[in-house]
Amino acid sequence: MVQTEAFIILSMILFALGAMGVLIRRNPILVFMAVELMLNSANLALVAFARQWGHSDGQIFVFFVITVAAAEVAVGLALIVAIFRTKQSINIDDLHLMEG
Amino acid sequence: MQNLALIAPLIVLIPAIGAFINFTLGPRLSERFVSIIGTTASGLTFGVAALLLVYLHNNFYQPVIVNPPLINGTWISIGTLEISWQLRVDTLSVTMMFFASLVGTLIHIYSAGYMHGDARYARFFAYLNMFLAFMMLLVSANNFVVMFVGWEGVGLCSYLLIGFWWDRSRGAGWRNSNAARKAMIANRVGDFGVMIAMFLIFWTFGTLDFYKPNEVVNVNAVQRLAEGGADDSHSSLLLTSTAAQEDHGEEAADGEHAEEGSHGPAAHLEYTNNDHLALRQMGVFGQTDRLMALGEDETIDFGLGEMRGRTIQVGQYSFDISLMLVLIVLFLLLGVAGKSAQIPLFVWLPDAMAGPTPASSLIHAATMVTAGVYMMVRSNVFLYHSDVASFIVTLVGVGTALVGGFIALGQFDIKRVLAYSTVSQLGFMVAAVGIGAYPAAMFHMITHAFFKALLFMGSGSVIHGMEHGHHHLHGDHKDGHDDHGDDHHDEKAHHEEEFDPQDMRNMGGLRHKMPVTYWTYVIGTFALAGIWPFAGFWSKDEILADAWEVGLIRGELKGFIALVLLIAAAAMTAFYMWRQIEMVFHGKARHEAAKHASESNWMMTLPLIILAVSSFFVGFINVPSGVGIFSFGLENMFGGLHSLADFLEFSIAKFHIPAFQPVLAIMTMIIGVTAMFIASRIYGGGRAVNKAGKDPLEADASTAPIWSIANARMYWDNIYERVFVQPFTRVAEGIAAFDWNILHDYFHDTILYKGFNALGSFLSRPVDLGIIDGAVNGMGRLVRGTAGLLRQAQTGYVRVYAVMLFLGVVVVVVLMLLPMIRG
Repeated sequence: MVQTEAFIILSMILFALGAMGVLIRRNPILVFMAVELMLNSANLALVAFARQWGHSDGQIFVFFVITVAAAEVAVGLALIVAIFRTKQSINIDDLHLMEG
Repeated sequence: MQNLALIAPLIVLIPAIGAFINFTLGPRLSERFVSIIGTTASGLTFGVAALLLVYLHNNFYQPVIVNPPLINGTWISIGTLEISWQLRVDTLSVTMMFFASLVGTLIHIYSAGYMHGDARYARFFAYLNMFLAFMMLLVSANNFVVMFVGWEGVGLCSYLLIGFWWDRSRGAGWRNSNAARKAMIANRVGDFGVMIAMFLIFWTFGTLDFYKPNEVVNVNAVQRLAEGGADDSHSSLLLTSTAAQEDHGEEAADGEHAEEGSHGPAAHLEYTNNDHLALRQMGVFGQTDRLMALGEDETIDFGLGEMRGRTIQVGQYSFDISLMLVLIVLFLLLGVAGKSAQIPLFVWLPDAMAGPTPASSLIHAATMVTAGVYMMVRSNVFLYHSDVASFIVTLVGVGTALVGGFIALGQFDIKRVLAYSTVSQLGFMVAAVGIGAYPAAMFHMITHAFFKALLFMGSGSVIHGMEHGHHHLHGDHKDGHDDHGDDHHDEKAHHEEEFDPQDMRNMGGLRHKMPVTYWTYVIGTFALAGIWPFAGFWSKDEILADAWEVGLIRGELKGFIALVLLIAAAAMTAFYMWRQIEMVFHGKARHEAAKHASESNWMMTLPLIILAVSSFFVGFINVPSGVGIFSFGLENMFGGLHSLADFLEFSIAKFHIPAFQPVLAIMTMIIGVTAMFIASRIYGGGRAVNKAGKDPLEADASTAPIWSIANARMYWDNIYERVFVQPFTRVAEGIAAFDWNILHDYFHDTILYKGFNALGSFLSRPVDLGIIDGAVNGMGRLVRGTAGLLRQAQTGYVRVYAVMLFLGVVVVVVLMLLPMIRG
């Protein structure tokens, strides 16, 4: 049986990759994908710990996270479409309307 | 019959309602309707008074205290002070109610004619009704405070009626309203005395009630009644009524006492003395009697375990109750001097004649001015127990009688003569109260109400006739001023010449023009002058007989003073009244108006006739024993000898009636007739006023100095002008100058205005702009500067926020992990 530490290490690697993607990428779609990567790394950690302790709580929680992530993507993609329509661009470095 | 007394509150309510209707709806109603409302209210009041008289008659003249319905009587309740609207139905109050409402009703009828055409007709009737309501409240009160409410109320109505014609032209309006103010101010001085007296009474006795329920007023009288009234010297209305009740059998008595009927009238009396009452359960007069009976160091149970002695503690001073009584009576006397026009406050009454004649007649002759005498009679126990105070009361009364009579000798205004005569007669009453002749004072008050009301209304009729004559005179060349009535008051301004319809110098010879007025006036004169057998003879003689008894038989100085000086005043009364008859009615007309004068209409003459008849008969309500056939047996119409006195006996604790003094009666008669004869010799035969418009006494060098003093009203008003009015004016002017020069110019302009400006500019510039604005603006600048620094953190780039987020997470994680690493 694969050790829990391995899953956690994989989860950390995935999270780090996702975080790097969010910080570095300029295309919001790719940022979204990176966010998904982070969410799924968290899911992986949850599932790993659920298996470790023999509880189903973590696994059920993962379902919620997946559901929420799907909803978030739906809203996020809609926003990206709306932004593209107004600015003809989806480069997130062009989007700094909230500058103080 | 117990329930009949419960109508007592109506006696205040009915005229109050009449006044209310006339105040609110009156101006929209016709004259006829207004006068009907006013007169009906007054007539119903008289009816209630008559029913109360019947009640007392059936109830053996025992007083009863009636609680008004709905409000349950309580007015003020503070600690031990309990003031209630209780009405006291006893012989004294019902006597006052009866004659006041009777005279009042006649004057209402008279006013309906006299005030015809006046612009404020409804208001006049409303005032009259309001006056009647307050008068009834005054006499029916069972404590000093409610009495004082009535006292002030009648004073207010008096003020309103004196100044009723405040808007007359040619300065007459000013005179009227000044007269009203004078009355108000003089009465204020008196009311101050009444208030002080009330404070002292409350302090001394812990209550202001005259008598409490179940308290016997006159123990002697009640015990005599309980014994079946065997005293044959009191064969009176009382005993005839008791006899009648017994004749009619037991069913005439109260149902609850029917089985005890065999005991006779005594069975009706629950108590015949006050032994069952603690001091606290008694009114002020009962307490006075008990406290005065104590020895030097004795004490008596006050009730609720408190002991009371003769010593009264006021602040740090303590003095004997007799001294307290002197103070109370003297302060009450000040009130009497105001209301009943005694020295030194009488000056308002002659000026009060500025009001319409019916008001003069009702308020300033018959009823209101007797309120002071009523209060003194009510307070007879106080007077009885303080010789010093009653001596002063006697002196004031006698002095007033003399001064009033003397001044009346030199007056030309028909109403002014009567006004000073009223002052003089009120002096008689107060003197009577001073010597302890309380029933005599009440008797004279009643007879005086009738004949003085008659004389005033007669004078009103004369004035009316003169004005009519004056209009007739000018109606010839002016377009029809022949309508009579009081609208001439405004028209008077159109006439070129000044004409005073009240000046007796303009009259003369009215005897044939106004026969009804003339004959009723003569009857009133005889009654006032005390000519047998008219009312004034009996009442004045009663006072003089009492003075005779006190002065010559008991040998007290005050009685002797009263006897001698009151006879002198009576002589003056006869003299000035006959002078007036000669000037007004006899001789030849001295003015065109008098030639064309005519008799007044029936609404004015009918009350004159009724009052003239009354002025003859009213004297027989109190005929002393021993006059034999000289009273024609007419006293039997009113229930026998001394019936008024016997009636009042149950309300006057210190009751006392004098024996008839034949010598005195003959002497006063001779003096009166002689005075009138001298007057007719001086003023008769067309010599009433000489060609220069002078009084014969004025023209004669030997009497001129004395006459001019009387004419100048003994300089009384001038002295007041000098002593009070002018210094007052000067002080007022001084204060005004101080106000203008110091307060306004210096204090207001310099200190307040400039100081305020300086302070204002200091506060506005350095303080407000510098400190306060600076603080507020500085705050704004600080916030803006800080925000300018902070906003640079907000780049708007998502990435930056994400980095921040991650850094934050890292920091949080590190913080969370730190304890683990250490541990």
